[in-house]
Amino acid sequence: MPGEMDEKLIRHVATLSRIELTDEQVATFGRQLGDIVAYMDKLQELGTDGVEPMAHALPVHNVFGADEPGDSLAPEDALANAPARDGDFYKVPKVIGDSQ
Amino acid sequence: MVDDIRCMSALALRGAIAAGEVSAADAARAYLDAVEALDGQVAAYNEVWPERALERAGEIDRRRAAGEALGPLAGVPVAVKDNLCTSVGRTTCSSKILADFHAPYDAAVVERLSAADAVILGKTNLDEFAMGSSTENSALRPTRNPWDASRVPGGSSGGSAAAVAARLCAAALGSDTGGSIRQPAAFCGVAGLKPTYGRVSRWGLVAYGSSLDQVGPLARDAGDTALMLGAIAGHDPRDSTSVDRPVPDYLARLEEPVEGLRVGMVREFRSESLDAEIRAAVDRAGELLAAAGADLVEVSLPHSRIDVDDAGRLSSYAVACYYIVAMAEASSNLARYDGVHYGHRTAERVAGIVELFSRTRAEGFGEEVKRRIMLGTYALSSGYYDAYYLKALKVRRLIKRDFDAAFETCDVLLGPVAPETAFAFGAKTDDPLTMYLSDIYTISVNLAGVPGLSLPAGLSAAGLPLAVQLVGNVFDEERLLRAARMLERARGAPAPAPPMAELR
Repeated sequence: MPGEMDEKLIRHVATLSRIELTDEQVATFGRQLGDIVAYMDKLQELGTDGVEPMAHALPVHNVFGADEPGDSLAPEDALANAPARDGDFYKVPKVIGDSQ
Repeated sequence: MVDDIRCMSALALRGAIAAGEVSAADAARAYLDAVEALDGQVAAYNEVWPERALERAGEIDRRRAAGEALGPLAGVPVAVKDNLCTSVGRTTCSSKILADFHAPYDAAVVERLSAADAVILGKTNLDEFAMGSSTENSALRPTRNPWDASRVPGGSSGGSAAAVAARLCAAALGSDTGGSIRQPAAFCGVAGLKPTYGRVSRWGLVAYGSSLDQVGPLARDAGDTALMLGAIAGHDPRDSTSVDRPVPDYLARLEEPVEGLRVGMVREFRSESLDAEIRAAVDRAGELLAAAGADLVEVSLPHSRIDVDDAGRLSSYAVACYYIVAMAEASSNLARYDGVHYGHRTAERVAGIVELFSRTRAEGFGEEVKRRIMLGTYALSSGYYDAYYLKALKVRRLIKRDFDAAFETCDVLLGPVAPETAFAFGAKTDDPLTMYLSDIYTISVNLAGVPGLSLPAGLSAAGLPLAVQLVGNVFDEERLLRAARMLERARGAPAPAPPMAELR
C-alpha cells in the first residue's frame, strides 16, 4: 500500500535511481515527494476492478522490422561523445567487485 | 512596426518566395537580424545557426532560379526545440548532462523539415528534458514571455512559443507530453498542435514519456499549423509507434467550413477554479462557432473532472494518472544518462561504477528531473507497482473511454488550455505540485492519444494572451484544423504580435 516518504524510503529510492542526494535534498525531496505521492493516492478512490490496463494510446500490435542488414553508426560517430574511451571502447572505472 | 517579412504568415512567406517577391536569403536575414536584436531580451534560442541558415537559403534561391521544384516550406525560417536531435550544433535538452552533446543524426522531423526546404534558424529553450510548465527548469536560462518580460512563456516548449510570438521564426517545432506545446502556445498567444499519438515520428526526439510524447508545430494560426503538420506527419519505420496511415493534405480544404460541425462543450472543464476571463473566452469561442453554423452539445469527461478542496487546491484523476505514467516512463528513459556513452561524467575520483553513475547524475540533472526519476522509480518499485503504476494504467483506460464516448456525440471538444494566463517567474517553483496543475486541462488529451490544438482567443484585461483548446478524435486533424479555421474566420482579425517583436 502507498506509504509516506520517510528518510529511509527516500534514500532507498535514490539508490535505485542512481542519484546521490545531499542530506538537505533528502529532507526537501522527502517533503515534496511525500506531497506528490499523497496527491497520487487520489486514484485509490476509483474502482478499477476488471479494467484492462492501458499501456498505450493506440491499439498497437507487434511491429517487426525487415530482417535485413542496414546502415548503423560508424564506431567513430558512436564514440564521438564518449566522456572517456580506450581505442574503440568506452572506458569506465572498475566494475567487478563493486558492492552494488 | 514589425518588418514586412516577419509580418507574413509562413504560408504567405512561402508564397512570396515561390513567386520571387522575396528571396529566401532575405527572409533568413530578416529573422536572423531580429534574433540578433531581440533574443537577448526574449532568450528563446539556445543556439542560432546564422551561417548554416544563410547557406541553406542561398541554395533554395539558386534552385528556384534554376527552375527546380521546391518543397512545401521552401525558404521558410523555422526553429526546433532543443530536445530534437540535429546533426548540426548541439542537442542539450537544456540540461547540464547534455551540455556538450552533439547528436550524430537528425531527428525524423528535422529530416522532414529539411526535405520540405525549410530553413532551420536554430534550437529553442525548454524545461530540462521537457519536464516543466514554465521553462524555468532550463539549466541554461529562463525564456521570457514576449507579452510581459516578468512572466514565464509556459513550458516545456517555452522557447519555441516565445520565438513564434516574438516573430523570431515563422513557425517552430515543439514536443508535447502533457501540454508542453499547447500551454506555452496559450501563454504566448500563438497556435500549437499536439498531433494524434503516432501521427508524427518520435525518432530522434529525446525520450521523456514514450507513450505520451508527440512532436508538433507552434505557429501563428491554423493555416500555418496545417502547413507544418503536413510537412512533418507520416509513417516512419524507425519509430515502431508511428502509424502507417496516409497523410491528408491539411491545407486543401482548410477554408471550407465543416458542414454540421458538432462542438462538444466539456462539462467538467467549466470549473469554478478556472480564470473568469478564460472561461468567458471559451464561451465566446462556442458562440462564434455556433454563429458559424456549428451545433453545440454538452459532453462529459468524468475522469478528467477537476475537484477543488477546502484549501482551494485543485485535483484531478487525470493529473494523478498522468504524473505516475509519465514519471515511470521517464525513470526508465533517463536511465541512459550514465556518464559512459555520452554526456556529462563526474570529474571526481569514484570508487566504482555505481558511484560513477550516481555522482554523474547528481551533478548533471536538475531538481525537477531528479524528482521525476525518483517518483517514477518509486511507482515502479517492488511493493508499489500495483498501487501506483498498474492503477494508473487502469485509470488511463477509463479516461480514454470517456473520450471515446464523447466523440460519439460530437466532432471536436472545446475547452480551456490552462487554468490561468501566463504567471510570474518564481510563482510556482517552490511547489512542484502547483506547477503540475498547469497541465490540468491538457494532460488527459495525451493519455487518450487524441490531437489537441491551442488557439489564441484575444487578450485579457491585463494584456496577456487568452486561448482555447480544440480537441479532435484520433487522426482527425484535418477536421480539427478546419474547425479552428472556422473559429479564426468568425473572430476576424488575426492574433496580434506582442510589442516586444518590434525592432527599435
